[in-house]
Formats: sequence, C-alpha cells, structure tokens
Amino acid sequence: MPITKPFVRTVNALGLIILIVIFALPFVWMVSTSLKSFPETVIFPPKWIPREIRWDNSAKAWGSGPFLHYFINSVLVSIGILIMQFSTIIFAAYAFARYRFKGDQALFGITMITLMIPSQLIFLPVYLLLSKWGLLNSLLALILPFSSSAFGIFLLRQAFKQVQEELLEAARLDDATEWKIIYKIMLPMARPTLITFALFSFIAHWNDYFWPLVMTTTEAARTLPIGISRIREVDGGTAWHILMAGNLILVVPILIVFFFAQRQIIQAFVYSGVK
Amino acid sequence: MPWLQRIRPYMMVSPSILIFTVFYIYPIFYMIYLSLHSWDFISPEKEFVGFGNFNDLFASKEFRQVLWNSLNYTLLTVSLTTALSLLLALWLNKKGWIYGFVQGAIFSPHIISLVSVSLVWMWLMDPQYGLLNWILQLFGLQKLEWLSNPKSSLLSLVIVAVWKGIGFNALVFIAGLQSIPKDVYEAADLDESNRWRTFYKITVPMLSPTLFFLIIINLIGSFQVFETIAIMTRGGPVNSTNTLVFYIFEYGFRFFKIGYASAAGVVLLIVVGLLTLLYFKLLSRKVHYR
Repeated sequence: MPITKPFVRTVNALGLIILIVIFALPFVWMVSTSLKSFPETVIFPPKWIPREIRWDNSAKAWGSGPFLHYFINSVLVSIGILIMQFSTIIFAAYAFARYRFKGDQALFGITMITLMIPSQLIFLPVYLLLSKWGLLNSLLALILPFSSSAFGIFLLRQAFKQVQEELLEAARLDDATEWKIIYKIMLPMARPTLITFALFSFIAHWNDYFWPLVMTTTEAARTLPIGISRIREVDGGTAWHILMAGNLILVVPILIVFFFAQRQIIQAFVYSGVK
Repeated sequence: MPWLQRIRPYMMVSPSILIFTVFYIYPIFYMIYLSLHSWDFISPEKEFVGFGNFNDLFASKEFRQVLWNSLNYTLLTVSLTTALSLLLALWLNKKGWIYGFVQGAIFSPHIISLVSVSLVWMWLMDPQYGLLNWILQLFGLQKLEWLSNPKSSLLSLVIVAVWKGIGFNALVFIAGLQSIPKDVYEAADLDESNRWRTFYKITVPMLSPTLFFLIIINLIGSFQVFETIAIMTRGGPVNSTNTLVFYIFEYGFRFFKIGYASAAGVVLLIVVGLLTLLYFKLLSRKVHYR
C-alpha cells in the first residue's frame, strides 16, 4: 500500500501533539497540584481538575518562610550582578576590540580561560576566600564573583569590532572623547547584543540555586530558589500541593517573560552559543 | 597627554581581569594547593600530605562509584540528548506558526530553574501517587520505583536532564541546519542523490561544527550536575546517584575534609580541562569541509 499524503500529515500532526504534551504536561500537572487540597494529592488514580479549587495554597507557601525577603534578595542579586557586569564588560570589550596594547593577547587569554571555568569547579576555594574576608552570608558573596563576565566580554567585543572605523575617525575629528564614542556610537550599535546578554545573565542568576546554597547558611542572603526548595523540609515532605504552589512563584514570572519575548530569548540563548 | 592614552586600555580591562584573577584563576591554584594538604577548616595548620588525598580518593570504593556514576550519567545524557534533539531538529526545521510554537514549547524547560524542574519531576516520579506511574498503568505496565530504586535512580535523573536539555539542543541544531547554504542541496538534487545520502554526505558534515560544539558543552555540563541530585536524591539510594560535584560538596561542607574534597575537585578540573582542550583541538582543525 503506498503511503498517502493525508496519512503522513495525520502522523505528523499526532507527533507534534505528543511532543507538546511531553513538554507541557509537567507544567500543567504542577498548576493542577498547586490548586488541590491535601487529600486530593494522595488519591490514585490522580485527578486532573481539583473538585474544590484551593487558591490559598500559594499564600500558604508564601507564608511558610520569609519569602518577601527571599524575593527582594533575588531581585537585588540578579539586578546587582547585571549592573556590575555592564559597568565592567563594556570597557573591557571596548579595549579588546579597539586598542592594541602590550599584553592584550595574554589578558584576553585569561578572559577566555575564565569562560571555561564553571562555578561548580571552584566553589570550595572561593568559599574559603569569602570566608576569610567575612563576606559569607552577605549579598556581596553572591554578586562579587559574577561582577564581570568573560562570556559578556566575548560577545560584546564581537559586536564592537563590527562598527566601522570611519565612523570613529569622524567622531574623533569632531573632538569626541572616548567616553562619548562608547556612549553615543558603540552602545547604540551593540544594542541587540546588550539585550541578549542581559536576558541571558538575568535568567541564569535568577534561577541559580548552587551558588546561594554554597555561600549562605543563614536567611540573610538566601534567594528564592533556596526558599522554594526548603518548603519541603518545613512540611515534612508530603505537602506536594504547597510545594507546587511555591514552585509557581519561581516558574510563572519566567514563563510570562518567555511568553512575551519568546523570539528574543531563544535567539539570545541559541545564537549567542552558536556564534 | 600620551601617557594617559597608553594606560587607558589597561584601566579599561583591569576591573574584569582583577575579578577573573581573584575569583577564577587564583582559586584553581588554591584548590590544587589544598588538594595536597589535610585540613578540617577549623584547625589553624594545614598539614602537607602530598598525593595522600588522591591515594585515599582512588582507594575509596565510594569515590570509584561516584566516578562511574558521573561517567554513566554523562554518557547516557549526552548521547540521548544529542541523538533525540538532532531528530527533532530535522523534523521541526520547517516554516509555519505551528512549528514555531512547538519549538518554543520544547525550549521552555531550558529557562526554568533546575530547582523547579527537580521538584516537579520528583512529584511526577512519586512511586505512590506520581503521574508517571499512573501513565504506566494506563498502558497496562508495572509501577516503577523511579528515584527510590538504585537500579532506576540514575536513569531517572538522565530522563530529567534530557527533558530539560533537548529543546535548547534542537534549536541550536536548527540554527545550524539553516546556515547550510541552499545551493548545496540544489546541487545534490541535480545529482539525484537520495535522502539518506544527502543527509549523510551533506547535512552531517556541514553540521559537524554544531554537533561538536553541542557534544562538548553537554559533556562539560553533565559532569557538573548538582541541582537535580541535591534536591531529588541526595546521592542515594545506596550511593547510586552520587556524582562528582555533589561528592565534593558533601565532603567539603558536611564532613569538613577540605583537602580530600579539593582532590576530588582537581579530578573534575582535569576532566573539564581535557574536554576543553579537545574542543579547541577540534575547532582549530575545522571539523567540516569548506
């Protein structure tokens, strides 16, 4: 029997639906659980739609710890890192893109090596270092190590290199200072790269669990991911409805951003990796 | 002022270089130094023990299993992610809103915190009330123990990693596919090349830089797995999901064997270093034709 076009089309459509189900199901299940009462989470076979919708689960999750404090810390850390990164990588990228100076290759080499050193590798010595400085359990411990970015310098240097030399010479003839060149020419030209990097950095540090877990032992500098993961300990490990409600606090903001800026975010992650 | 011009580039790069040196380069050397010492974090003296920590490490049955787990987890995750995402890329590399929508859907786990992903999957894999066991029963299959059985625990973590990583990988592959010039395919069409031959002779070689890029960053990433283990299994049951970073974390922060943990860190450093070197070797050799 020859394989007909409608048949192929049906199989294709079915495959796409299965694919969406595989990737959407965990999210749907998370939302469904977050609206259930406790008895409904422990019935088998499970029910998709809760009989009585419990909106107060999120409030309970939020109230099970100092979540406002965690939230503020998360905002301060991810925004703080972003501001620090921008104020360091713009100048470094400009220097590497536009100046020839003694040792520039070696310094750029250090930058590129850094790109290959993940935080999971050096957390122990950095912990000891920050401990010696008395910075553990402070927001500085979460911000300082990430206040520059080799990846950011690399991306931005590529963008700055593409700006034409004539444009800069014309500006210099008009007595523009280097600062003005960066501010008026370079940054506007590199806007897409700057947005790409900002998205990349913000999402990575907003989601980060490892570094805050390692560098903090008190509530002072803990962030949302740590707080959410600890709801489990609070309620003895079985309160899945509260846990999933708490989880929404972490997931929903990112998913909303993703919904509206899907194309930019995908480009930021995919193309910056490829280039 | 010419001297000002001369020091200007150094002033511009110095904040970044300072941060990199203090928080990345120096710690590497400090970790190597620590790995040659015995220290509990509290006593004032660090005792020099040479390669003693490394001897202990490789003599430890527990650590040998940790290495084996890391290797197993990494090879399974990377091969499954790469193969499946390449298939998805070939399938989803089409125009139309529906394909764009599906691409977005499979990509979405990539930007979600590993904490959320771990918690949701833990709930899905709950042996008693989990949704996955319900699905298995729908198809008349046996319930599984998922994370609580040492036979399936590591594989369960692999499933989570593949689910999270596949969308990103597929989209990078799609970007790679789209950068292959169309005239190459037209030429193949003129030669009446069949589909498999075209895939094998054109698509794969032209895609090889993307392929190697993804394999290497997935390898490096998988060797550093931590969050899913810390949240879902804590290395258990019976050490079956304990891997390098979690092991370093436990020995550093729970047992305060800083030197021993650093030695395990040096092992990870060597693995990541070798993979990075391999990447640059392949990159410089330009793995594709053209």
